[in-house]
Amino acid sequence: MQITVNGIPREVDASPDTPLLWVLRDTLGLTGTKYGCGVAQCGACTVHIDGEAVRSCQVAVGDLEGNVTTIEGLGTPESLHAVQAAWVAHQVAQCGYCQSGQIMQAAALLAATPDPSDDEIDAAMSGNLCRCGTYPRIRAAVKAAAQSMQET
Amino acid sequence: MSRAGKIARRTFLIGATAIAGGVAFGVWRYKTPYANPLEADLPEGAAALTPYVLVTAEGITLITPRSDLGQGAYSVQAALIAEELDVDLDQVTVDPGPPSAAYWNGALATEAGEFMEAANGIPAAAAVTIASAGMKFIGMQITGGSTTVPDAYVKLRQAGAVARETLKRVVAQERGLSRDALRTARGAVILPDGTEIPYTALAAQAATVDPVTHVALRPASDWRLLGKPMQRLDILAKSTGTQGYGIDRVVPGMKIATILLNPAQGGALNGYDASEALALPGVEAVVPVTGGLGIIARDTWTAFKAKDLIAADWGPAPFPATMEGHWQALADSFTEDSLDSRPRDDGDVAAALAGGAAVEAEYRTPYLAHAPLEPISAIVRVDADAAEVWTGTQIPRFVQQNVGRIAGIAPENVTVHVEYMGGSFGHRLEDEVVKQAAEIAAQMKGTPVKLIYSREEDMMHDFPRQIAMARARGTVKDGRVEALDLSIAMPSVMGSQMGRQGLSVPGPDSQIVAGAFEQPFAIPHQRITGYRAPELAPISSWRSVGASSNGFFYNAALDELIHAAGADPLEERLRLASDPLARGVLEAVAEMSDWQGPLGNRRGRGVAMTRSFGVHTAEVVEVTATDGGIRIDRVWVAAEVGRVLDPVNFENLVAGGVIWGLGHAINCEITYADGIAEQDNFYAFEGMRLYQCPEITVRGVGSGDRVHGIGEPPVPPAAPALAGAIFAATGTRLREMPFNRFVDFV
Repeated sequence: MQITVNGIPREVDASPDTPLLWVLRDTLGLTGTKYGCGVAQCGACTVHIDGEAVRSCQVAVGDLEGNVTTIEGLGTPESLHAVQAAWVAHQVAQCGYCQSGQIMQAAALLAATPDPSDDEIDAAMSGNLCRCGTYPRIRAAVKAAAQSMQET
Repeated sequence: MSRAGKIARRTFLIGATAIAGGVAFGVWRYKTPYANPLEADLPEGAAALTPYVLVTAEGITLITPRSDLGQGAYSVQAALIAEELDVDLDQVTVDPGPPSAAYWNGALATEAGEFMEAANGIPAAAAVTIASAGMKFIGMQITGGSTTVPDAYVKLRQAGAVARETLKRVVAQERGLSRDALRTARGAVILPDGTEIPYTALAAQAATVDPVTHVALRPASDWRLLGKPMQRLDILAKSTGTQGYGIDRVVPGMKIATILLNPAQGGALNGYDASEALALPGVEAVVPVTGGLGIIARDTWTAFKAKDLIAADWGPAPFPATMEGHWQALADSFTEDSLDSRPRDDGDVAAALAGGAAVEAEYRTPYLAHAPLEPISAIVRVDADAAEVWTGTQIPRFVQQNVGRIAGIAPENVTVHVEYMGGSFGHRLEDEVVKQAAEIAAQMKGTPVKLIYSREEDMMHDFPRQIAMARARGTVKDGRVEALDLSIAMPSVMGSQMGRQGLSVPGPDSQIVAGAFEQPFAIPHQRITGYRAPELAPISSWRSVGASSNGFFYNAALDELIHAAGADPLEERLRLASDPLARGVLEAVAEMSDWQGPLGNRRGRGVAMTRSFGVHTAEVVEVTATDGGIRIDRVWVAAEVGRVLDPVNFENLVAGGVIWGLGHAINCEITYADGIAEQDNFYAFEGMRLYQCPEITVRGVGSGDRVHGIGEPPVPPAAPALAGAIFAATGTRLREMPFNRFVDFV
């Protein structure tokens, strides 16, 4: 079957019930999207489907409709997305394993709500677990990203 | 493969050449140094100047042997070397290096020393020497116990300085100049006329000169990197999805495997039927491993699906089937026969309590999973006479030995690549996943096998934090705390953990009383007793280990006594504080939080102070009892770490430790029914989420040329400070975690 990931149509050979997460990781080698729980409890596997933040562990590849964007498609080390730049500036990561999902969640939030309130940030980001406890820096980075995106 | 990995295949050649050993560089304290592991397989023109610095014509590699679990260990180790080597971090490659006895962790002994003095009467300095020599003897290369920075602080700066001065010696000899006439900066030796000679151009000659052995370390006032905010080396990769973790590693030709273990951890596999699983397209094999079955398939999802199709007949757990059994075993351990240590016995507790106790209470802390967000994984390839391992581990030397034993290969022929880790919190001090991957790989010689645990298998076989129980009795007099008799019962973490490595730990286990016996509070009559419960569920070190329970027990009991005395929790702690460091952190949080006694209006504050891993940490927590439950509003933390090497990472780690302590106190526990862990994923073991996260203000207190690790010390005071705040706001006294068994949280 064919799926579009980061703007590129890809032919994938996987059983249709395979979660998008594992197609991205095992079939396409896009390992920036992380496996944490497999049951939509941690948010580490968050990607965008047509711009919306979705847990890729819960989307069977056979049911996929729309274009997928992963962390690799959001920005690159050479050309950072504003959210990623804020994550670097605020040195958010400790182990960093949840941060792909956090960043994808934050990018979707800011695309829909360019100037989120504290409560809107809390509501949007609370499905993404961080075991290291980087939450204070995540909050600060989301606000900084919102500001820089409005300025540009 | 990494450069250092290639170079150091044979790590234990004895009697290495002229610049082997580090004693000549002042790196090691003992007379017989280990061979420099980088010496073993050096290519022509390369110089391993110390076990931590490798220079070739192509570049400079800094070896950072303590694992990076997310705490930033690679960055701080690299900065310590770079500070003296005069290189910038964008000029070097950082590599964890090969497992080697040379990278033993001396700082692990420091804490053991204090306990041995208290428990056995051996002077602390002598005890540290004994313990340290023992750790050196077995080449204990371990990341843990918040020891990375204390262990590395002098050693790695010396390594950088030795390398720098040796490179200068090469130029000095060649040009007939004095070494003092030369300068160094940005990876180059600079001649008096300003000409710069890159270190890389000196690699070949550096291998032939005698290293400079006497070096003076620069004073902190001259530091370029240390003590200032640093950009973590991994921050760009971790913000762009390009950081490779163990679970991401792809080795050509590898097969994917997952595991199905007896849900009753440690129980036997009596029989199984895998026919349905094997009928699934893409499933290649199902093979027995210790305690369960390995499932090999074309991809991870197929392996996970196949796992759920296997019918197995499992034996019972080798520990009590129900929680009642576990708690009963602890309750039964408060006996003379089970007495493990009594490292503190001040005044006359028996006499003080003869007239009855003002406070008598029992406290409990549950089993807790480590549950780092990256599930455990390992890749192992077993060949005829060698093996190769890729895994995130805190114990690379044990991994090497265990894979060697399982594969029937000499340990020195096992190459271990330590991967970046998506968290650990102590989880990767266990190496079951590597052993199981080796068992599978040994049945498929020549094929790399990547074993990935599902979240469920990982959480149910986590080797959780110890369960513990404490009993406290105490008295008050004239508005002051007069006596505290605290008895703690838990199984031995060290016994369980080291037992799985085939090591027996003699004598009492310091962790049974850690975070309680060494507290700097001068209660006139004070006795701390540890009782060793039998091994129940297998347990392992969890962020702050014994102090994660005992910091709660001690502070919670103290809070009850202070309340009975009618005193203020912070003022009475300050009055009892028996050393200036304790007073310093308590005064800091009092000032930061503007502590002025009760808040009223359904708001409350609590305070706790624990000295653990050599660090005094005080925390004030403020809560509001809303209609929807307790909301944690703010936390103020002061920690006495001496010198802060990276203020940004320090603040991040302290806040993270507070969140770790609070989150687990609120809602986490591992419980067993029929010997099976009842929590198998994050819906049942949630921890703190972002919306619950309070505003956290952090201050590093301290001075002088001492350093401490900060990964663990912020954890123990968090739960008791929260319990104190909830008591102040609601009048509900919490004596057992998780607190959501007794009060609701927002």
